Amino acid sequence: MPWSKVTPETHEPDFLEREDPAARRITHAEAIRESFDQALGIDTAVYLMGQGVNDPGGMFGTCRGLLETHGKERVFDTPLAENGLMGIAVGSAIAGMRPIYLHNRPDFLLLALDQLANHAAKWSFMTAGAVKVPLVIWSCIGRGWGSAAQHSQALQGTFMHFPGLKLIMPSTGYDAKGLMLAAIKDKNPVLILEHRFNFKLIGPVPEKQYTIPIGKGVVRRSGKDLSIVTISQMVHEAYAAAACLAEEGIDAELVDLRSLRPLDEEIILESVARTGRLIVADHGWKTGGITAEISALVAEKGFASLRAPIERVTAPDMPTPAGYTLENAFYAGKEEIIEAARRLVRQGQAIEIPDLPTLEETVAP
Amino acid sequence: MPLKNAHKFTVPHLQVLSEKGTLDKKLDPGLSETQLLRLYRAMTLAREADQRMLRLQRQGRMGTFSPSTGQEAAACGPMLALSERDWLVPAFRELGAMLMRGVPLHRILLFWGGWEEGNVFPGVERTLPIAVIVASQIPHAAGVAYSLKYRGEKDAAVVCYFGDGATSEGDFHEGMNFAAVWKAPVVFICQNNHWAISTPQEKQTGSKTFAQKAIAYGIPGIQVDGNDPLAMYKATRDALDRANNGEGPTMIEALTYRVSMHTTADDPSKYRDTAEVEVWKSRDPLIRLRNLLNERGLWGEEKEAALLAEIKGEIDAEVRIYEHGIEARSDIAFDHVFASPGVELEEQRAAFLESRGGGSTNA
Repeated sequence: MPWSKVTPETHEPDFLEREDPAARRITHAEAIRESFDQALGIDTAVYLMGQGVNDPGGMFGTCRGLLETHGKERVFDTPLAENGLMGIAVGSAIAGMRPIYLHNRPDFLLLALDQLANHAAKWSFMTAGAVKVPLVIWSCIGRGWGSAAQHSQALQGTFMHFPGLKLIMPSTGYDAKGLMLAAIKDKNPVLILEHRFNFKLIGPVPEKQYTIPIGKGVVRRSGKDLSIVTISQMVHEAYAAAACLAEEGIDAELVDLRSLRPLDEEIILESVARTGRLIVADHGWKTGGITAEISALVAEKGFASLRAPIERVTAPDMPTPAGYTLENAFYAGKEEIIEAARRLVRQGQAIEIPDLPTLEETVAP
Repeated sequence: MPLKNAHKFTVPHLQVLSEKGTLDKKLDPGLSETQLLRLYRAMTLAREADQRMLRLQRQGRMGTFSPSTGQEAAACGPMLALSERDWLVPAFRELGAMLMRGVPLHRILLFWGGWEEGNVFPGVERTLPIAVIVASQIPHAAGVAYSLKYRGEKDAAVVCYFGDGATSEGDFHEGMNFAAVWKAPVVFICQNNHWAISTPQEKQTGSKTFAQKAIAYGIPGIQVDGNDPLAMYKATRDALDRANNGEGPTMIEALTYRVSMHTTADDPSKYRDTAEVEVWKSRDPLIRLRNLLNERGLWGEEKEAALLAEIKGEIDAEVRIYEHGIEARSDIAFDHVFASPGVELEEQRAAFLESRGGGSTNA
């Protein structure tokens, strides 16, 4: 089996390793590109399709050069047909292929919801395990001026809802690569939601082939006063917020869930047991979103640990405004996390927010 | 500038064996005696099983299902052309096709009886389960066909069934389009049984035929007398040859009729003329093939009686297996939510077992 050579990574990377001069450092987008390249090299059943995967932009650079290396039968542009292509991916997966279907906006995954939710996610159940659908769907949350109501939605709350569908949201290049290889290796349909802001971040990514376990979170920063549980790009917001809070004497623990389904309940509950206070942060909407689910989990199983009400930092329940100013106001981030932390720890005290350090460097424009 | 003709197309109509029993010798695919007898047996089994299923449903021994009486030629004729290397992607009214592929009847009864295990076909390869969501299987077929093409399996193709109603769905367009662009080896068979529940053809499409929809994708479309099993065989054989030669998909419109109801939850007498039904009943595909067998001295009343008795015994045995049920734990539904066991649901399974009891159950 070609996938037996891809070994699980047991070592949890610490952000301090950023300073390791020996570590190879590449962008998040390059890490994804490398995972595609390796998967295509490992297993001839793997193929990659999506609108624009072979254009010069190469889907944010994640597909650059893959067509040249792996050929047009395995890396190809598609007609514009979200649901149909999801069905084609399902059909080919049933026939023994391992499709990676790239979808540059989750907004349009809604067009493919029938094939995703009614077929891909249900075939194992509906065939009593006789038919498996090893399928990876990769999509990227857009953000930025003009992305607006129909090109920027963070729909993880929606996609977390379907039994049978795994859901991953990496925050680092290291995880993006390891989780992608894990997803391709997996027998289930797996949806990976990326965030556009992560693509140019640079971090350590080993060249070797490795997987990160799906459904396992990681503590990015230990702390004793409160827990910030979050995912994807919000991890970077939260990391900056935690550094800031440290200067105020608030010691925040940061949990990066990495996967939403399966959800690492243990890491959340253990963290809350240590700190007694919880902020759940997400770019998605509040109502029925992932912060609601995680809050409910802690209320259900970690109530005795809580010393204060749960704080949720989310986008307001409205479509994303198109205009630059309104859009900036729409997104919650480090400031809102800091404010929530202050409410939890020192209610009412106003403290000035200093300049915020960033978690990973950004590429010079 | 005078207008020029950008493109011309025709939609052929194929009939090999007419209602009156006339055989077109030029078009006759020349099936052997064995093949003809196999086909007749398969069609008769499909009819008898369908009738039994209707009784089981009416007696409360099986759930709702979609009867296929009257459509046996469209379901069975093409299957005679398939090899084990080919894939069958059914909709939900191809009982005869699934039985010909070797799916045991009790599995189909289990499916309509509400058991997911009814979608497990031990020993039967390359046959997808019944697709209930209209047109959803068309992209699946295109995806399977893409994989055959990619792997260079030139001796294999896909036969995909759907109904007239499915042609209005986006999945029909998207799947056909992809298959055409990729020249994927797939045969699309549209069973035009004239009614999508209560929606007649003229409310379904502005096209004169369903076959002509294929032209827009750049693939051949052919209309076939769907109650003529020889024509259905021939059209499928020709389409499979095209697919195997790398010429891509074909669409076959099988003109047939849903003599019975859409599903057992439907009462067609409320919306269609019984005179129309009677006309189509007189075009029964079983009678047409039986007449041919009689004419060739291959059949007679005795053989017919013996076949019916044999089939009844077979169906009885399958019904017994079905009614014996599946030995199952009450938490069996937790087993396959994910393809790998033990993912995330174990706590909910334990809570379910605690609140609703353990032990085993069956149908």
